[in-house]
Amino acid sequence: MNAAQFLTIFISAVFLYNVILSRFLGLCSFIAISKETKPALAMSLSVMFVTTMSSIITWFIYRFLLIPFGLTYLRTISFILVIATFVQFVEMVTRKISPPMYRFFGIYLPLITVNCAVLGVAVLNSDMFFVNAKSMPGSFYYSTFQGICVGLGYTLAMLLMSGIRERLDLCNIPKAVKDFPLAFIIASIMSLSFLGFNGFKF
Amino acid sequence: MKKYFNEFLKGIIRENPTFVLALGLCPTLAVSVSVINGIGMGIAATFVLLGSNIIISLLKNFIPDRIRIPCFIVVIATFVTITEMTMKAYNPVLNRALGIYVPLIVVNCIVLGRAEAYAQKSSVINSLFDGLGMGVGFTLALILISGIREFLGAGTLLGYSLVKGFEPAFVLGMPSGALLVIGLLLGFFNILKARKV
Repeated sequence: MNAAQFLTIFISAVFLYNVILSRFLGLCSFIAISKETKPALAMSLSVMFVTTMSSIITWFIYRFLLIPFGLTYLRTISFILVIATFVQFVEMVTRKISPPMYRFFGIYLPLITVNCAVLGVAVLNSDMFFVNAKSMPGSFYYSTFQGICVGLGYTLAMLLMSGIRERLDLCNIPKAVKDFPLAFIIASIMSLSFLGFNGFKF
Repeated sequence: MKKYFNEFLKGIIRENPTFVLALGLCPTLAVSVSVINGIGMGIAATFVLLGSNIIISLLKNFIPDRIRIPCFIVVIATFVTITEMTMKAYNPVLNRALGIYVPLIVVNCIVLGRAEAYAQKSSVINSLFDGLGMGVGFTLALILISGIREFLGAGTLLGYSLVKGFEPAFVLGMPSGALLVIGLLLGFFNILKARKV
C-alpha cells in the first residue's frame, strides 16, 4: 500500500477511465438528470455515497463469504441484492430521520439501485484487487478509495454537463437533436477532451 | 399466430428498446467497438430477456407486489450468472472483450423494464415473444451501431477489410465516437418519427 497506487487509482477513476465518459456506467441517470445544476449535484452526491458504501460492503462479502466458500460465481446475484437492500435501507432511514434531506437526496435513491455505476464499481473492485481469488494486500483501502473516486468522476462529469445544458436552453437548437441526442453529442465532445488526460503516466 | 408475430415484431421497430425507448444504453455504447462484440452482447441479453420474461410471467401470481423488484432482480441475476458461466467456458475471448459488461446485464434497464411493464401482467407465451422481439431489436440496434463504428473507425466489418485505401477515423472506435454515433442516430430517428406523423 503506497501513495503512488492511490494517486494512480484517483487519476484513472476520475479522468482516464471516467465512469460516464469512458466506461459508460450510469449513463441513463447522467442524461436524464443533468438538465439543471442543483438536482445534478444532489444526484451525484447520493451516487458518491452509495458507490463508497457499496465498495466497502461488497469487499466484506467477497472476502469473507464468497471466496472462503468457493462461491465467487454468485458474485453478481449477491452484490446486486446487497446493494439494492442497502439503498432501500438508506432511503427508509433518511425519510425517518431527516425529511428535508430526504426531499433533497431521497428521490434519487431508488434510481441508484439500478445505476450501473454502483454495481460496476463493485465488480471492478473484485476484478482489480483480487488476484486468483486472493485479496491483494491493502485491497480494502484500494476498493474504498476507488469507490470514492468513481463517485468523484461521476460528480465531475455531471456538473460539467449540467452547466453546459443550462446554457443551451438559451440557444436555437435544431428540433431533431433537441434534448437527448444533443446531450449525447455534447458528452461525446467532453469525452474527447478527457482523452487529453491519456498523456498522464506514472 | 398473427398476434404472437405482432408481439415479436413490436420490439424490433415500433418499440425498439435502444432507439425508441432509449433503454440500456450503457452496454450498447461500451461494447459496440466491433460487430462481433455487438452480436455477442445482443445474444447474451436476448437469452437473459427470454429467460427472465418467461419465469417472471410464470411467477406473476406468487410474487407479492411490494417486494416485486428484488424478486425480479434475483430472477434476472440468475440468468445473467448462467450466461456469464457459459460464456466463460465456451467463448473466453468474447468474455474478455465484453469484460464487466456481462455481469452488468443485471442492471440493464431493458430487462427490468420488460419484467415490470410487460411480463408481470401477461401470459407466458406473450411474454416469450415479447422477450424474443425485444432481444432481437436490441441485437439489431447493436449491429447497426457497431457496424458504423467498426467500419468508420477501423475500416473493417466483422474483421474483414472492405474498402482499399480507406483511412479510418480512429476516434469512432473510442468512447467519444460511441456517444457521437448514438447521438446522431437518435436525432436521425427523431426526424423519421416526425416525418411519419
